[in-house]
Amino acid sequence: MKARAFDYMRPKCVQEALEAFVSADGDASYIAGGQSLVPALALRLQAPGLLIDIARLDELRGLSIADGHLRIGATTRHCEILGSDLVREHAPLLAKAAPFVAHPAIRNKGTFGGSLALADPASEFPAMTLALDAIIEIASVEGSRRVGAGDFFIDLYETALQPGELITAVYVSLATAKTRTAFDELARRRGDYAIVGAGIDAEMQGDFVERMRIAFLSVGSTPVRVGAVEAALTGRQLTPQAIRQAQDVLGTELDPVGDEHTPPEMRRHLARVLLGRLLGRLEANV
Amino acid sequence: MSGKVAISLAVNGETIEALVAPRTTLADFLRQDIQLTGTHTGCEMGVCGACLVLLDDRPVHACLMFAVQADGCAVETVEGLTHRRAIDDLQKAFHERNALQCGFCTPGMLVSAYGILASGDEPDRDGIRDALSGNYCRCTGYESIVDAIETTARQRRQQMAEDKA
Ligand SMILES: Cc1cc2nc3c(=O)[nH]c(=O)nc-3n(C[C@H](O)[C@H](O)[C@H](O)COP(=O)(O)OP(=O)(O)OC[C@H]3O[C@@H](n4cnc5c(N)ncnc54)[C@H](O)[C@@H]3O)c2cc1C
Ligand code: FES
Ligand code: FES
Repeated sequence: MKARAFDYMRPKCVQEALEAFVSADGDASYIAGGQSLVPALALRLQAPGLLIDIARLDELRGLSIADGHLRIGATTRHCEILGSDLVREHAPLLAKAAPFVAHPAIRNKGTFGGSLALADPASEFPAMTLALDAIIEIASVEGSRRVGAGDFFIDLYETALQPGELITAVYVSLATAKTRTAFDELARRRGDYAIVGAGIDAEMQGDFVERMRIAFLSVGSTPVRVGAVEAALTGRQLTPQAIRQAQDVLGTELDPVGDEHTPPEMRRHLARVLLGRLLGRLEANV
Repeated sequence: MSGKVAISLAVNGETIEALVAPRTTLADFLRQDIQLTGTHTGCEMGVCGACLVLLDDRPVHACLMFAVQADGCAVETVEGLTHRRAIDDLQKAFHERNALQCGFCTPGMLVSAYGILASGDEPDRDGIRDALSGNYCRCTGYESIVDAIETTARQRRQQMAEDKA
């Protein structure tokens, strides 16, 4: 299939992009990496009259340290996250998740902001922004606002973004000497969307968990944090017994979706297995 | 709406000025407008990897972008790589190792392989398989393709060591 005919523009600045969307009466779509939008257009799942290309806007680019946070410009490509020393040092969880995002050629074009805006529950970066409790900066013609990751993912492909709003950047708190992270996923083939995946961002005081955030992907209509598991581990050592208990809590708390290949029980089981592995790595500090 | 747009891009080192409909993918532009049919189209949704080209020296799917998005960029196709003899050794290794049968996937495989080798890392077999995870081949079973890329990587490394000595 081919995309329906549309107009195309490449604005010079964010303001021009936002105004173009308004002028098009909503019959428009931003395009960043295009790695999800182009197939959707080809399949005619979407057919906007205008594409507004934001991929080259300088304001949306780049990785930097700002106000004690790592700032990830919305159009930072997956390959840049994967190759960045700044990310490895200050947001190690993202560095660990990046190799699992799609295939090399898709990582060369797909963007961080695009992945968040799409909010595919099977995607790595949306779930990891949740695990990192990141802040998402959003622009509209009315101005700029900030939304915590916990309030951003609302339902399947539904986010806090209103029509015409643009993600401009994402801010992640810098890792400290106490930070430990782990990420892994189970997929049928490397590069495929995961059957289940999870990432943990924790602060450890010696062997004790001071704070822990755990986010799962591919278990529901949004990325999911399981507060009861986090609470069960906070203040404790990651002993085999504590890990087993956390797995049990996850088993009762998680209510995963099923699909034609993976019934919910299998997903729940795999999530427990994955949690055990990740906590083991956290304990061993590898 | 949907008038044609003027673009200017370098394809295989040659500057091309063209008028394109925004909905024309880069793959269709290359194949139909400028008759570079080495870039293949299979799934046209980013899954099979037959359409890979280099955009500013990085492998990307020509089916996952519109030609208008390549305005001002440098595109290189399998024809360009062949012409400037950047993949002679790879092609020879593919041939010797029988890494192609019908050949449909081969342009995409070569572009991916170019990307793997250009990164300068020394890929092991798992690393090569990982990097080829977005390239489908329905004929060879992949083993011979991995062999060919591994062999080329080794040869290049030896060559570099000899050049230094
Ligand atoms: C074969 C294949 C396999 C893939 N596998 C994975 C995978 O394993 N894991 C994974 O996470 N992803 C995967 N992807 C998706 C890929 O990561 C996409 O790049 C990403 O989800 C979207 O980013 P993009 O920049 O390409 O967005 P686009 O396709 O350009 O846009 C997607 C949507 O987001 C909107 N948008 C984009 N940027 C912004 C912004 N700054 N503000 C507001 N709205 C915006 C667009 O309007 C559009 O609606 C895969 C894609 C393909 C084709
Ligand atoms: S034609 Fe582009 S990936 Fe299949
Ligand atoms: S050689 Fe036939 S698809 Fe690969």
